[in-house]
Amino acid sequence: MPKLTIDGVQVEVEPGTSVLQAAEKLGIEIPRFCYHERLSVPANCRMCLVEMERAPKPIASCAMPCSDGMVIKTNTETVRKARRGVMEFLLINHPLDCPICDQGGECDLQDQAMGYGFDHSRYGESKRAVTNKNLGPLVATVMTRCIHCTRCIRFIDEIAGVPVLGATSRGEHMEVTTYVEQAIDSELSGNLVDVCPVGALTAKPYAFTARPWELRKTESIDVFDAVGSNIRVDVRGPEVMRVLPRLAEDINEEWISDKSRYAIDGLKRQRLDRPYVRRDGKLVATSWDDAFAAIAQRLNGVPGSRIAALAGDLADAESMLALKDLMIALGSPHRDCRQDGAQFDVSARAGWLFNSGIAGIEQADAILLIGTNLRWEAPLINARVRKRYLQGGLKVGVIGPQHDLTYPTTLIGAGPQSLEDLIEGRHGFAAVLKEAKRPLLILGTGAVQRRDGLAVQALARRAAETFGMITDDWNGYNFLHLAAARTGGLELGFVPGEGGLATAGIVAAAGAGELDVVYLLGADEIDGGRFGKAFVIYQGHHGDRGAHRADVVLPGAAYTEKNATYVNTEGRAQWGRQATFAPAEAREDWKILRALSAVLGHPLPYDSLGAVRRQLAATSPVFGAIDARVAASWAPFGGPGAVDAVPFAAPIENFYMTDPISRASVTMAQCTEAFILPAREKTGTHG
Amino acid sequence: MSAPSMPAEAQPESFAFTEANLERARALIAKYPAGRQASAVIPLLDLAQRQHDNWLPRAAMDTVADMLSMPRIRVYEVASFYTMFNRAPVGKHLVQVCTNTPCWLRGSDAVVSSCRRKLGIDFGETTADGQFTLVEVECLGACVNAPMIQVNDDTYEDLDGPRTEALLDALARGERPASGSTTGRSGACPAGGPTTLTASAERAGIALPSAGSADILPADDR
Repeated sequence: MPKLTIDGVQVEVEPGTSVLQAAEKLGIEIPRFCYHERLSVPANCRMCLVEMERAPKPIASCAMPCSDGMVIKTNTETVRKARRGVMEFLLINHPLDCPICDQGGECDLQDQAMGYGFDHSRYGESKRAVTNKNLGPLVATVMTRCIHCTRCIRFIDEIAGVPVLGATSRGEHMEVTTYVEQAIDSELSGNLVDVCPVGALTAKPYAFTARPWELRKTESIDVFDAVGSNIRVDVRGPEVMRVLPRLAEDINEEWISDKSRYAIDGLKRQRLDRPYVRRDGKLVATSWDDAFAAIAQRLNGVPGSRIAALAGDLADAESMLALKDLMIALGSPHRDCRQDGAQFDVSARAGWLFNSGIAGIEQADAILLIGTNLRWEAPLINARVRKRYLQGGLKVGVIGPQHDLTYPTTLIGAGPQSLEDLIEGRHGFAAVLKEAKRPLLILGTGAVQRRDGLAVQALARRAAETFGMITDDWNGYNFLHLAAARTGGLELGFVPGEGGLATAGIVAAAGAGELDVVYLLGADEIDGGRFGKAFVIYQGHHGDRGAHRADVVLPGAAYTEKNATYVNTEGRAQWGRQATFAPAEAREDWKILRALSAVLGHPLPYDSLGAVRRQLAATSPVFGAIDARVAASWAPFGGPGAVDAVPFAAPIENFYMTDPISRASVTMAQCTEAFILPAREKTGTHG
Repeated sequence: MSAPSMPAEAQPESFAFTEANLERARALIAKYPAGRQASAVIPLLDLAQRQHDNWLPRAAMDTVADMLSMPRIRVYEVASFYTMFNRAPVGKHLVQVCTNTPCWLRGSDAVVSSCRRKLGIDFGETTADGQFTLVEVECLGACVNAPMIQVNDDTYEDLDGPRTEALLDALARGERPASGSTTGRSGACPAGGPTTLTASAERAGIALPSAGSADILPADDR
């Protein structure tokens, strides 16, 4: 372990640590542009120059590995002069358009020019101008501002795995570009805006809308997939202006997907802002009292066995608990949180959790993907697999539709039969899994949304056991959920009670007239026509499929508008926090259910968020351990029976539109037009 | 000022190496260890450019990228970095005039004005008949015989106005004048013939190279 001295302080660091990292450890700030913790080190901006004893000239601290006995000075006249010089050169071709630049106020160049730059400019010549590039509907470019740090090139190459950006030409003519005009077809392209230290790459939908100092920042949790990315919601007044990632090493590192970042304009459109009751076939705006009265009137005398509840993909744990308790109070066993019809052995947690953890992927040396398009279903988990792939020695096998996942994969087969063959050792990949020290499988939702879902799970369990994925210190059986609500719903038991019906049963029974009332808690993925003549109560925040069919609409709050708990696919409960208020009459969801329960004569036993959460914690220990992963013990799960020969199907047809919020988003519609539709035309798989 | 981009017009739909060049490309790739085939990108681009009228269409860059299994943008980067790769059509004779300090001191201005007058075009332009493209380049590495120009693969040194015009005339006639000094001196020998070790050469019986043309100095220097 090398020992070195930085500014007179001795520090011992791991071999391979750079001088910049060592200084950071001591809390010494070294300015930088091109250096980024998660990207390779090109050392081309020269801003991090420091003085090293016995070196003839300043060294680039980001690329200089620490060695024993080094003496580094970061605060000498030489260093200050070097930084001023570098800064002056960087500013030569940088426009003075900070007042109209979206990066203004949160710009590394601005800050560092203030901190380390010259106090005036000596440059009187004309500056260079660069044509802007069209990178698609998400990333806006003002390329004249580019200082050629190449962070975006490295990000898109290394993290996103879509190498389309590069630096063409050279010297004064150098440009960061895609060369052939094309949109960046990556689910992580929004992060380019974050890695850009200047205003060259900015968020197109957010352009010219707000200044960072006007925004109120709230730390929250993303709900557009089951990863539970940590986000920061920036709000001005009542309006959500933007969503940024928050550092969470175990989950999303410091990235988020484009849907998480840009679907927020959907929060302003199609909103349900007051209760509605259907009168003479038309939904009529009304008051809460009136809506509740209509429900109470319809429910009067209806036996519990003729009532059912479905929870949607964005539902929070608090409201699902309230709805579950209300259904039990009404005597109904029919409830389900799985609109997609996925089947699970609810009692065995290990069967529906991402047991290795997202960070655990980095320890794996062989991965088997079953019925999942990881890149669309969980872009950040896919990025983690790619990260592991780049470290070398990772082999990935795929059963199901093969997609471009940004790393090489071996196609084993298309359906459950191939998995069986693999277990029997009839495919070459079996040897890879056998030899692997830490093999891991990821079972996608597409593999269990079928009639033989439980049998597929039993098969996957057999695979996990056969290939040594389950040991004392390693559980490589991973289930990947698609919806933020799903794990929470399963944890708190929003599943059919004794003799209750599951989703398919509820829909069929309602269609056949065997159910009188169906309560939809943000459940929008089921075609409303299939509920037959049942009285449909829809509680949610968007006028999507569910609300269109509803007889009573109760306006709820979207994820940015409530304090709510979400459990990610790892079984990690996290608190999303209220950043703004729901529009007009809309209310937080668990409060709506609490109020309704009183009207129906079965008041729920909690009056505050604290009380609901205590009840949640009593239901499952997961809710008592916020931000922690509660591991599951390995137990048999899955079901008997044979598997179908039908190949696994992809559960997501369009990454950019998977839920009521993203379906209402203009930005996501633009993305669909830019990325999804051309691809469909090319492959001809859709008409 | 923005880097010149690829012209959308004139881009062919596709590009394929000829059988002979494909053979040559395979040999070039085989020079590098397995997995390092991307090292062959510059020779392959050069090969493609030679096959395709001395310029690289996008299709050729894509072909090379796919052959070396590297991202296309990495090939665009290489092709745009090196000025020897032409990403737009050029004339049959690519006249590259050096105007760096040594050539300029030795009279490159006269060479440039001769080219302009003779060809009727300026830097970056191509004659209407597609015979000549005139470009200004940085040092071509024969400062000792300055001023110089390079036409495709041949260099012509010790130029002045009239000799430049004569050279362009010869090229226009379809000739290919011998490359090297246009005054006839051997390599980079002193312009007026050897001045040192003449006695030793005589003793050893070595014939001294001729002085070549006496008036190699540009007219205004005389």
